[in-house]
Amino acid sequence: MSSSTATPRVQGTRDAPQARPATQRQRRAWRDWLGVTPFLLFAFLFIVLPSTYLLVGAFRGPGGQFTLKNFADLLTPSIINAYWVTIRISAVTALGGGLLGFLMAYGVTVGGLPRWVRMALLTFSGVAANFAGVPLAFAFIATLGRTGMVTVFLKTVLGLDLYDKGFSLYSFWGLSLTYLYFQFPLMVLIITPALDGLKREWREAAENLGASTFQYWRRVALPILLPSILGAMILLFGNAFGAYATALSLTGGFINLVTIVIGSQIKGDILYNPGLGYALAVGMVIVMALAMTIYFALRRRSERWLQS
Amino acid sequence: MKPVSRHVRTNVLWAWFWMAIGTLYFVIPLIATFDFSLRARKGVLTFLAYQRVFNDAAFWRTFLFSLQMAFFTIVVSVLLVVPTAYWIRLRLPRLRPIVEFISMLPFVVPAIVLVFGLIRVFSGPPFRLTNTFTGTNVLLIAGYVVLALPYTFRAVDTGLAAIDVRTLTEAAQSLGAGWGIILFRVVFPNLRVAILSGAFLTLATVIGEYTLASFIVGIKAFGPYMSLVGQNKTYESSSLAIISFLLTWAFMGLIQIFNRGRAEGQLAGAR
Repeated sequence: MSSSTATPRVQGTRDAPQARPATQRQRRAWRDWLGVTPFLLFAFLFIVLPSTYLLVGAFRGPGGQFTLKNFADLLTPSIINAYWVTIRISAVTALGGGLLGFLMAYGVTVGGLPRWVRMALLTFSGVAANFAGVPLAFAFIATLGRTGMVTVFLKTVLGLDLYDKGFSLYSFWGLSLTYLYFQFPLMVLIITPALDGLKREWREAAENLGASTFQYWRRVALPILLPSILGAMILLFGNAFGAYATALSLTGGFINLVTIVIGSQIKGDILYNPGLGYALAVGMVIVMALAMTIYFALRRRSERWLQS
Repeated sequence: MKPVSRHVRTNVLWAWFWMAIGTLYFVIPLIATFDFSLRARKGVLTFLAYQRVFNDAAFWRTFLFSLQMAFFTIVVSVLLVVPTAYWIRLRLPRLRPIVEFISMLPFVVPAIVLVFGLIRVFSGPPFRLTNTFTGTNVLLIAGYVVLALPYTFRAVDTGLAAIDVRTLTEAAQSLGAGWGIILFRVVFPNLRVAILSGAFLTLATVIGEYTLASFIVGIKAFGPYMSLVGQNKTYESSSLAIISFLLTWAFMGLIQIFNRGRAEGQLAGAR
């Protein structure tokens, strides 16, 4: 094949997009779409199809007819309670973890701690934020379980019997303490870049104008950071809201969380109505979608000031 | 000047205080777990629990299985995400909002909901993936790719933003390279930091993953194995916790080395 016949074909597929015959442009457009087909196909099969299946199933009665009954059935006390406990545990750990994580990140960014502390904190946060699930539950059983190190220490040294006082690792507060272990490191990872974005000039400008530290925080730093802080806390909320493995292996399924109920529903039809199980899952997705919508709205706001 | 320096000093004091609280929170459970894992024999400290774990054939079998699943997850993720993100930058910028939206969807769908849907769709006709071992493995890998999607896409996309995709492509084309060569010899090498840190993050999260694994493949995977050990062997479960903590630490340390200390690329989803 001579080069003179090959050249036009190569140009047709590879050149800059301007000025070419319409048929070639159409063929290009078709080829362009071919490049993203595998991704779209994968997304359709493994994201869209399963979600749609649950969504459609949630609106179906036992005979396959359209119904809203499944959603009405969500309003039974035990299911409302499951949502309520899940939301509360997510909110508590998002607030607590968010606060502790923020204060620690503050220390290594604006707070003036040495550089090695920052490195250490970020490394350990990367590890701890990803150390969840079964092993985390084991670790907390060894720490705060009935024969856990801290429990025994408090009992023998301080004479404080946690379990006599009504504490249990396998209940709401125990699970919250366990979740905190991956929540506050996650906060550190998310919020550190935002704190890095606080410009020294802003503080200097405020001080030159006579502002106190309090005024600087109240009027300058906090308004800039608030969207980032709230956004990060929403991510923590979502993180706890969808957690399943940690809760299951810690409590053996004896805590009424939405994820645990869905888990039992997958294993066997414990709700005696598959449609109700699907509605339960759709309810989770709705809560998560709400949270993420707020998160992205907040992130748009914070990006105005902080280019990280 | 004086009041400012006093501010700074109290600031630093508070900073150390919160750092100490956080450090205690981080370290105490580890110490407690390690201590517990050494008490398999009454009265003495011993590594017996670790010995038993390492002598358990099921430990190695499930660990290697999960390692394999992680490997395939990484390969599929990279092959799926890198060409797509590249192509969108180069040729289809108007598709970006859609692909970005899709890659964010796993944030909204918790793992337990995802596995619920996957099982219901793929256990029935026409797929029937859950009837064979290969089928369940494929389903598990697909689920992991979905869970990792937000992180891989973001990592790869930021990586692509840092290099001049258009110029590189045109340079490669003018030297006569086809699309395959451009992808594998130009784009991939330039993204190796993003790809490697994404890979180790996937590894860290997939190895001990429980939610998807327990429903799709059950006891074959490492996460369900750990859970089973936890139900009847106290000391062994503590040593497993320490082992998987060290593993997570190793993977995250590698990411840190690749990223040279930036905080990005270390976030994964809930489990």
